[in-house]
Amino acid sequence: MQRPARLFTMLLLSLVFVLAACQRAQPTPTPAPAAQPSPTQPAAPAASPTPAAQPTPQAQVTKPTDPIGVLEIKPGEPIVLAWMLTVSGGTAQLGEDSKRGIEIAIDDLGGQLLGHKIELVGEDSGCNPEGGQAAATRLAANPRIVAIVGSSCSSEARVGAPIIDQAGLVMVSPSNTAPDLTDPAKHVNAYLRVAHNDKVQGRVAAEFVVNKLGLKKVATIHDGSLYAEQLANVFAENVKKLGGTVVAQEAVSPDDTDMRPVLTRIATQQPELIYYPIFNPAGSFITIQAKEISGLENVKLMSADGLLEPQTVQNAGQAAVGLYLSGPDLTVLGPKYQEFVQKYQQKYGTKPVAGFHAHAYDATMMIVEAIKKVAVQAPDGTLYIPRKALRDALYETKNFQGLTGNLTCDQYGDCADPKIAVYEVFSTDTANWPDSAIRKIYP
Amino acid sequence: MSLATLRRALFIGLLGGIAVWHLSLVGLIPAFAQRRLIGETLTFSYALLVALFALAAHATGRRYPGALQRVAWGTLSALTAGLLVLALALIVTQVNLRQIFLNATPELTRVLTFGAGVSPAGVLRTILIAAVAGVASGGLGATPAPWGRVSVFAALATLLLGLLRDVLGPILPSGLVSVLYGPAGLSVPGAVVIFVLFFLLFALRWSLSGRAGAERLVAFVPSPARGPLARLVVILLLASVPLWAGLFLSNVADFVGFYILMGLGLNLVLGFAGLLDLGYVAFFAVGAYTMAVLTSPEIGQRFTLDFWVALPIAIVLTVCAGLLVGLPVLRMRGDYLAIATLGFGEIVRLLVLSDWLKPYLGGAQGVTRIARPQIGPLRIDSPQEFYVLVLLSCLLAWFLSIRLRDSRLGRAWFAIREDEFVAQAMGINRVTAKLSAFAIGASFGGLSGALFASLVGSVVPASFSLLVSINVVALLVLGGMGSLPGVVVGALALVGIPELLREFQEYRLLVYGIVLIAMMLFRPAGLLPERIHRRELEEAVEEVREVAPAEIAPGRS
Amino acid sequence: MAIATPRSFLSGRRLEASQLIVWTIGAVLLGIVFVGSVLTLRAGHYTAAQWRDFIVFGIAQGSIYALIALGYTMVYGVLRMINFAHGEVFMSGAMTTFFLADYLNRSGFLKAHPWISLIAMLLFSGLVSMTIAVLVERIAYRPLRGAPRLVPLITAVGASFFLKYTFRGLFGSGVRAYPAIPVLQGKLWVFQKTQIAVFVGVAITLLLLVLFLQRTRAGLAIRAVAEDREAAALMGVDVDRAIVTTFAVGGFMAGIAGVLYALVFIQVQFFMGFLPGIKAFTAAVLGGIGNLPGAAVGGLVLGIIESVGPSLFFDGYGIRAAHQLKDVIAFTILVLILIFRPTGILGERLGGEERV
Repeated sequence: MQRPARLFTMLLLSLVFVLAACQRAQPTPTPAPAAQPSPTQPAAPAASPTPAAQPTPQAQVTKPTDPIGVLEIKPGEPIVLAWMLTVSGGTAQLGEDSKRGIEIAIDDLGGQLLGHKIELVGEDSGCNPEGGQAAATRLAANPRIVAIVGSSCSSEARVGAPIIDQAGLVMVSPSNTAPDLTDPAKHVNAYLRVAHNDKVQGRVAAEFVVNKLGLKKVATIHDGSLYAEQLANVFAENVKKLGGTVVAQEAVSPDDTDMRPVLTRIATQQPELIYYPIFNPAGSFITIQAKEISGLENVKLMSADGLLEPQTVQNAGQAAVGLYLSGPDLTVLGPKYQEFVQKYQQKYGTKPVAGFHAHAYDATMMIVEAIKKVAVQAPDGTLYIPRKALRDALYETKNFQGLTGNLTCDQYGDCADPKIAVYEVFSTDTANWPDSAIRKIYP
Repeated sequence: MSLATLRRALFIGLLGGIAVWHLSLVGLIPAFAQRRLIGETLTFSYALLVALFALAAHATGRRYPGALQRVAWGTLSALTAGLLVLALALIVTQVNLRQIFLNATPELTRVLTFGAGVSPAGVLRTILIAAVAGVASGGLGATPAPWGRVSVFAALATLLLGLLRDVLGPILPSGLVSVLYGPAGLSVPGAVVIFVLFFLLFALRWSLSGRAGAERLVAFVPSPARGPLARLVVILLLASVPLWAGLFLSNVADFVGFYILMGLGLNLVLGFAGLLDLGYVAFFAVGAYTMAVLTSPEIGQRFTLDFWVALPIAIVLTVCAGLLVGLPVLRMRGDYLAIATLGFGEIVRLLVLSDWLKPYLGGAQGVTRIARPQIGPLRIDSPQEFYVLVLLSCLLAWFLSIRLRDSRLGRAWFAIREDEFVAQAMGINRVTAKLSAFAIGASFGGLSGALFASLVGSVVPASFSLLVSINVVALLVLGGMGSLPGVVVGALALVGIPELLREFQEYRLLVYGIVLIAMMLFRPAGLLPERIHRRELEEAVEEVREVAPAEIAPGRS
Repeated sequence: MAIATPRSFLSGRRLEASQLIVWTIGAVLLGIVFVGSVLTLRAGHYTAAQWRDFIVFGIAQGSIYALIALGYTMVYGVLRMINFAHGEVFMSGAMTTFFLADYLNRSGFLKAHPWISLIAMLLFSGLVSMTIAVLVERIAYRPLRGAPRLVPLITAVGASFFLKYTFRGLFGSGVRAYPAIPVLQGKLWVFQKTQIAVFVGVAITLLLLVLFLQRTRAGLAIRAVAEDREAAALMGVDVDRAIVTTFAVGGFMAGIAGVLYALVFIQVQFFMGFLPGIKAFTAAVLGGIGNLPGAAVGGLVLGIIESVGPSLFFDGYGIRAAHQLKDVIAFTILVLILIFRPTGILGERLGGEERV
């Protein structure tokens, strides 16, 4: 490029930059760090290093103030809800199923809330920390989002929730179950969940194995993810408490294809049952390969809600018959849930494919309730949603009648009304999932 | 008019049609149909289809000097492509292929027939649009330069602005935005205005090239001051970014910055010294994990350090890693060096992923709560503030690269790149030169990793996969190896643009693959290549083309 | 000007510091492995039956690597380029043939005529992979024949991404499971029938390949071009055609490897090609790149080491989840071979001189 042309291009770019810079004399509002000053402060927080300017103050008396910030939705603009779920890869059924729960919830609201249309955006979080990180970063950078339903997998939330917290947003998870996420020392303010805490699931699974099946020697396999590792640990502790022994605790990676070495290692300890609360496809590889290992011909296999989907039976075929699966008990949920299943079937052509669709529905409805509680409508039709107040409203949820039960949130984000069941796979026919392939056997 | 020319025209049309088949069945075309560029009707997919028709026409027509022949043959190609598009739409409607090809849906047929479905109206519409695209392409090609080119660029610029609405919306003055943009893309009058504007701008630019008038403009600035002044202007512009970029753009800018840093580092190893390193992510990982382990309270040491203390430690460790990688590969030649370094990169990733090292490195879940930089009372928290740090690091790396390039060590590297053994015969110590290339190159990667870890606040093993190494190599190749501005261009193209068009995440890597292949086929020297390199590469490729013509026409040549 | 051959490492060379360090590291690694093995065997956790199972499985997996490695080695021998996209060629056959397998299963044909179905699947997969390999050569590699090393490498990487994400787009990101083949279920004596089938399949394919290369004109042409491209051209060999045939044959074998892989692992996914691709390349280098028996031997050796290695080397140290380090072992072997014996176990038959 000759010099004059180069100079010219630079001048052009300078023009664009100057134009942009003149517009943005004031930086965009960025959220203050998590340590909040008292909510009654009327002015912008002092001594904050980030330039947390409020949007241009209007003469309205009704415009609220909020330590994190206030989202302003003008008339005609939509209320933006977001999902952060795993909708691709081996775990796609889990996330897709939850997403459909959200969509049905929005349908039930008529697509409208407080006079504004509801817009649903979302990011695929991939059921791993990197995906969670990437999805959370992208969602955090979108200032129009009110709240997030997500994530699907606990490992995503461990990394993603702090990012969401920093950005001032709030997330309600339909299917995270790892105890760490609501642990007092590790919990972040932005995070709540409507799914059970695995302290419950691990206990129920252990009771099933020791008390109902009468087995004493167990081995566990996790896949390095937060959910699997913690659930396997809770299970192991409870087995020990009930008098059993844990002969081996192993780990695989989610994209391992050859499980033989780890299974053989376990076989040397002669367990009676292997508990592997992981996801597909790794879970199915274990199901398929376990029977081929000498020493494990008669071992019982058990997994958890990560494998509670038709793919588990489809992929492992005959090897999956006899597999036990713990997960949310969807058989005791009452007539409202049955209605939901019908709507699901009508809209998507199949019955629900994973375990957390109803939870996603409840999460959405809970968020909507909270928005209704805290949103301030100005006379000109603008809707103000104060972000910290929204979080507080969610934490104050009490006796919320959801599809999954009676939801009450504690201060660390656990809102669920946990009901866990153990299912058994009795047939490889997944045409009419779940009834054609699995049945509840405990409690 | 001979059978051969007919066959060529049909063949190129066939290729265009196949391209549409591929993009349709892969799902790109149905997905892009959601994005409106101009008004309510011109979606990204339609623009893409028209562009493919026009491209087919251009590829055929450019061989002919005469305007009539050009238009005629070009349109024939475009029509062929159009017929193939229709054929696909027809097949998809008649045969249920959804079990196999997930994207063979009714929506696809609607997009392929430009909204009319498989009906006489749809057929007519598609044929017509293909014909018009063909004629327009031929016509534009036949117009005296530079007007044809100017029109095409102006059109592309308009479409690009429509595409970037979400990005530009928050930046530009809202008055301007409401005039130019509609609800989803450009408004029709806005599009016209932009097109005219760019037309004039590009016309001006092209007529300025080499004209004496521009010389006079430049002459205002005294000659010795021109270079530094230009540099100052650029730096000021770059520094202004935090003032106007929102959260999202700052994040993108930060990530582009990380890749520029890595690119500059790899530039020393690959661009200057010619060492084919496919495991550069290992250095990035070492820097990031060092920062993570030293500053996060999660990993069970009895101390956590401050960011500013951990940063130099991270860089030092990365330099050691560079030496560790460089030592074994001293004697390896090209391909093997590539594979060995690839192996190193993977080994590092697998080690940080493993359960065995979990107590020290966090395992599959990674390490969170990494410290942010703190200067006295100020904590650097937001992406905008981080950007300043990233910018400073990039400028430092740039400065170092230039100094190294003009130093004895740099000359030694160039010599090794050209011919290792001759260089040795001339007295250059191969070992020292290679090791220093690895070490210094690695340090940039380590700096980038440490900053990355701090910005995101957590590190997870999956972020350090082979893909990152390939990314860095690709952006270097795209920009031109050895060329510093090339690194920036490459990073903007391969990291910035995909981040901006985030709704196309699904297809990002597919497009990536296509871009890599296309770049190597058409411009192997890169976009802003070093002069010597470009001559070398293009000569080599040209030679081969002459000796063994890559005829893609059917039949024997 | 001689490229360093193994012998010259030892004879009459000044021992530079860098070399010393590298040799020390190598010795240390070898020591770790040796001590670990001794410890494991002394601890005696695993029964002989289990070691036997490891080895047999290693042979099965290794033979799959061998088939893929042959494609790599042939292309390297002929073109001096690493065909990064070969792993995706392997994947494409496996993924496409899933639909055939599924159809055969649902229509009952698989149950009725399992052997015919199996052969049909193998052939189909071979054809698909062959087509993809030839297309890639034509479009991405042929125009760049004489370019400097880096250019075809980047193109190959681009092609590998392109193929991977094309298949992801076409067939989705989910996991597909091959139906169980009726006659191959269960064990024959102590061996899994599927693993035996894999080994037999690979053996037959290798035999056919050797016959092809030694007894046919096309095979002769390939060997000639691999030996010396210009001389072969001068002697009237159609170089382009020979190269295309090389890719075709390599692709065909990768396709067969794809179905065999699916027999053992059942589940296939769009990114299943990456790791086997790299491992197969390691195997090719291990055996001596450009050397066909070398690729086969390299594949088997790598497969066995991968299967037996983590347990044998690391169990004795009590390392948690040692099998996660399986790939680390494979890559370390790769690097060590490249450092200490770049010509591979059986030596590099074709090659030595750097072609410009």
